[in-house]
Amino acid sequence: MESTIAHLVTGTADLIAAFLFMYGLKRMSSPVSAPSGIRVAGYGMLLAVAASFLNVFTVDAAARPHLWVNLGLALVALLIGASAAWGKGRSVAMTEMPQMVAIYNGLGGGAAGAIAAVELFGNKTHGVGQLVVTLLGGLIGAISMSGSVIAWAKLDEVLKKPMRFPGQRLVNAVVFLVSLVLGGYIVFLARTGATPLLPMASVLWIFFGTTLLFGILMTLPIGGADMPVVISIYNAATGLAVGFDGYVIQEPALMIAGMVVGAAGTLLTLLMAKAMNRSVSNVLFSNFGDVSKKKQGKMKGEEKPVEASDAGIAMRYAKSVIIIPGYGLAVAQAQEKLYEFVKLLQSAGVSVKFAIHPVAGRMPGQMDVLLAEAGVPYDLIHQLDEINDDFATTDVALVIGANDVVNPAARTDKSSPIYGMPILNADKAKKCYCVKRGQGKGYSGIENELFYEDNTFMVYGDAQAVLVKMIEAVRGLGAAAA
Amino acid sequence: MHFDMAITGFVAIYIFMLAAFGGWVIIGNVPAILHTPLMSGSNFVHGIVVIGGIMALLNASTPTQQVIGFFAVLLGAGNAAGGYAVTDRMLAMFKASGHKPVHVIHAKRPAKKS
Repeated sequence: MESTIAHLVTGTADLIAAFLFMYGLKRMSSPVSAPSGIRVAGYGMLLAVAASFLNVFTVDAAARPHLWVNLGLALVALLIGASAAWGKGRSVAMTEMPQMVAIYNGLGGGAAGAIAAVELFGNKTHGVGQLVVTLLGGLIGAISMSGSVIAWAKLDEVLKKPMRFPGQRLVNAVVFLVSLVLGGYIVFLARTGATPLLPMASVLWIFFGTTLLFGILMTLPIGGADMPVVISIYNAATGLAVGFDGYVIQEPALMIAGMVVGAAGTLLTLLMAKAMNRSVSNVLFSNFGDVSKKKQGKMKGEEKPVEASDAGIAMRYAKSVIIIPGYGLAVAQAQEKLYEFVKLLQSAGVSVKFAIHPVAGRMPGQMDVLLAEAGVPYDLIHQLDEINDDFATTDVALVIGANDVVNPAARTDKSSPIYGMPILNADKAKKCYCVKRGQGKGYSGIENELFYEDNTFMVYGDAQAVLVKMIEAVRGLGAAAA
Repeated sequence: MHFDMAITGFVAIYIFMLAAFGGWVIIGNVPAILHTPLMSGSNFVHGIVVIGGIMALLNASTPTQQVIGFFAVLLGAGNAAGGYAVTDRMLAMFKASGHKPVHVIHAKRPAKKS
């Protein structure tokens, strides 16, 4: 009786949760409704978690004697895990967001792998089909966990350099093959009932061990700049593993939520790779960063430095300004100063817009978040396709802390590693000011032709200090006029 | 009456197929400005894995299963709570023109979500 009611209640709760997840994600497709979208999904999560405790009425006979211990363990784990992650998530700086997404994703992958492990160690799967799905869930979950941890370490600069050694791909392939063969061996044992060479538990431990190792080895050689794509792949992978686990434990909410994320993550990965003008396999296997060391031709013309105050005053008397922020702005923590300067320009009647390149920041869309944090309204922020034609009719393009995303070489120079990448047409504006720490190359190590154009002027210095000078100069004008 | 479910064979594949298609269509409409919150939002959604962990742990019958199950719940809870915390924080920052920029310090808010 209790178990029937428990099934009815948990079934209903999971159904509602699955609906709320999809409805919440749908609401996230516009900045207006997005905050309510995540809240809706949050209610779904709370409901599903609360209802899952009704499973105390449906546990297997073998687990019944341990029920109180297990229930206590579950509550303790839930409390510790949730409160630790919640506290960190609430206090972390916005610039560190990519790392946080990586680590939370690793936790999810680990959980998915662990669920598969419990099923395997308990020998709870029924039939070969379910066993194969369980092994796949464990495999993908474990790779996603160890890979995400490495991705986190790279983004957090715990690991500074991509680790590459000769024959690396071969070693990775062998480790992966060992995992697959062990998985196949486990299925073979289950089908034939043969006695394993080692105790079954040992086989499982080795299976998970090599799988975790593969996740680490696979992520180590990939450069830090490519980590967002890698995290997105692991995000999709965790979703897939969760979906498989859902099938194994017969839980449709997990199947649906996992598969929705699997598909969404795959799409997002492809979008990101496209914005970087690279294929996903190129990101994973090409060791990007090595190619950029080749010699560059001599640049025509020279870089023309100007004072920050002069640049500021020139923008005050312009009709229209488009600002192109890059990660350098966030490094200098200058977003709020930038918005202060923008407000000054706006009050002087200048039309100001922001142009965001899809890969500005460490993660697609991160620059949008950083500007939003500084208070910039989202209707001032424009994406590449919307705004690129406007540069030709704009008086001033102000490039702050961005480099490769405005390099015209991407359009013209076939030998350039960034050839073909869509760029923002800062060079088409009547005048272009580039704020930069000093003379030097961008992340990819490529000379920027934009800096040598006739209508480009360089403002050297820390973005924050430069903006302070610009603000003072424009304010000074106002005071002189009054 | 039976309310427990048996999802086998083709039914499972249909569920997977429709869910994958749904995810693809839903995300296809999201503007680039929201890509970071979206990635962390979908990251939160797969935090549902925590209920799988709870079910696995409740059904654990040996110390090994209990230990692994404990970690499943611990990690899953971290995924769900952390994913929600960062996504909500990011999305609260997006404001339209004319809004007075309010800096909400969420860190002070008591943790109430699990």
